[in-house]
Amino acid sequence: MQINDRRDLYGGGLIMLIGAGAVLEGRRYDLGTLQQMGPGFFPVALGVILLFIGAMIAIVGTAAHAHDEQHVRIERPDWRGWGCIIVGVLSFMLLAEFVGLIPAIFACVLLSAAGDRTITLYQALVLSSIITVLGVTLFAFILQVRLPLLKVLGI
Amino acid sequence: MIENSLTDLWHGFGVAFQPHNLLWCFVGCVIGNIVGVLPGMGVMAAISMLLPLTFGMKPVAAILMLAGIYYGAQYGGAICSILLNLPCHPPHAVTCLDGYPLTKQGKGGTALSITMISSFVGASFGITQMIFMAPLLVQLAFKFGPAEICSLMLLGLLAGSTLAKGSPLKGVAMTTLGLLLGVVGSDINTGMPRFAFGVMELYNGIEIVALALGLFGIAEFLKSVNNVAPINAQYTNVRMRDMRPSLADLKLAGWPMIRGTLIGSLCSLIPGTGPTIASFVSYATEKKISKTPERFGNGAIEGVACPEASTHSAVQGDFIPTMSLGIPGDAVMALILGALIMQGITPGPQLIKEHPDLFWGLIASFWIGNILLVFLNVPMIGIWVKLLTIPYKYLYPSALFFICIGVYSANNDLFAVGETLIIGMFGYVLLILGFHPAPILLGFVLGPRLEENFRRAMLIQRGDLTVFVDVYNHPIAATFIGLSVLLIIGQIYVRLRPKKDLNIPEMPTAKAGQPAE
Repeated sequence: MQINDRRDLYGGGLIMLIGAGAVLEGRRYDLGTLQQMGPGFFPVALGVILLFIGAMIAIVGTAAHAHDEQHVRIERPDWRGWGCIIVGVLSFMLLAEFVGLIPAIFACVLLSAAGDRTITLYQALVLSSIITVLGVTLFAFILQVRLPLLKVLGI
Repeated sequence: MIENSLTDLWHGFGVAFQPHNLLWCFVGCVIGNIVGVLPGMGVMAAISMLLPLTFGMKPVAAILMLAGIYYGAQYGGAICSILLNLPCHPPHAVTCLDGYPLTKQGKGGTALSITMISSFVGASFGITQMIFMAPLLVQLAFKFGPAEICSLMLLGLLAGSTLAKGSPLKGVAMTTLGLLLGVVGSDINTGMPRFAFGVMELYNGIEIVALALGLFGIAEFLKSVNNVAPINAQYTNVRMRDMRPSLADLKLAGWPMIRGTLIGSLCSLIPGTGPTIASFVSYATEKKISKTPERFGNGAIEGVACPEASTHSAVQGDFIPTMSLGIPGDAVMALILGALIMQGITPGPQLIKEHPDLFWGLIASFWIGNILLVFLNVPMIGIWVKLLTIPYKYLYPSALFFICIGVYSANNDLFAVGETLIIGMFGYVLLILGFHPAPILLGFVLGPRLEENFRRAMLIQRGDLTVFVDVYNHPIAATFIGLSVLLIIGQIYVRLRPKKDLNIPEMPTAKAGQPAE
């Protein structure tokens, strides 16, 4: 049974897109000559290589028959896990900036743990408490990371 | 020559035995061992997470620790493969084939002890090889001009991207992408910001920690969350007294161990063929020359001894081109090189002369670390085995926090955390499209130096590209270019030739949670 590997088509396309972007942006810088290369020479050269390789990946991938059917399908992301991990990192950034390290660690671990479908609320709370205590001890007290612990309390 | 090396090595032991350095070597080995044991954690993620913490340390201590994580993880990874049948670390995937059947037969302890012995034998040979090879390579490397360095880097990059896991074309694409990412930031010659798009934080380039943790941390979590097979911990009650191997087992494992070691050290000399390839090649060889090949896959002790010996010998040998030429063979070495650069040390042939403390101290610490690891693993096997059963749902949130604060503390800048997140999401897209992101890091670290040397070579040669094929005036550069061309032709040949049974063992099905290295 012949199944074309769609991943190579998309993957090759993505690489070509990046290459095209590099060429377009790189052309805004001075190319120079081969002897006196400007800042734009190297990126444009890389962009051209990427365009070429991207095309090769797409062509080879669609022309050759995929050998194993099970790997051909692009796996769907697990949206809950995705959302929670991203929100976890974002919450760390925002809370560390505006509120303090303690809530930042707690929220980061709790929210990202919520992405797992088997974890219970109790487990998640215990985990984030432990990591918060360990994290504050290690990073704030031992390694002296320069982030306020809790801005409201002024520490 | 040899005498010099031995005197220097003696000096190195003095450095490595300084309490401060000894402590960090120990910490590195322990962390590496833990990371190796934990299913779903990768060496790359561990090294890059701890990289920011080393900024405040002295260069020697920092490199000793980071190196310790790398070889320590190899010891731990074997435990994971043998007892759980999980190829947590790619070099140990082959060990699953015979290690797990042995475990099922109740001989897991024996398999582990043989592993430890083979690991030590392999590592010792790898270190010895480094002691004598590195100074020789350096002598050769001093004759290199920009054109030679450039062509050597090209060969290294090509080998690193085409010989690694997955499709060679995709590997080259990833390396080139890495080179492009290395361009971001101010141009060395003119100071002009490139690909910064007006973002001030990007003027200094992309943070290496952000790149590594995005690709090997966040991207992995995004792929593995809710996608990890539950751990089968039914055979993990191994204790120390189960670990004494019988004389018959030792006899059986003796020669395969030595053959594995030699294959591993050969593989480490070819740029781009790291421990993973070494272990596969040695397993295939062993199966081929065995009188009883049918035992392989059903619990042959040789099938554990030879890949482990070759992995460890290749792991230590991996450091040779990195430390003597400044050209890393794979992504882990690229990261170690990045750590060197961040410590203000210029990698290259002058490193051994300018920083003998670092070079010989590192080698001495390899011996100390490997002995430590054997002692850590044999009596404390019970503890490591307990670690195996930590579920992924507790691991990744903790690691995620570690990533956030690690990236932040690299520069005291929360912008880098956002950078990591975006790189991670992009890395996930690459992963599901079948790209392996490891070569990106290789390209990223070598990119600026490749560009600099290429520009310099062209300046000296007045823009004459034929310098790279000039056999008379630049034979070394021409040789490297020739090897690169051979590599490409070889890859195309392998592709076009009808697939025959290459006798290479089939990779145990990659389970989710397996780091892409």
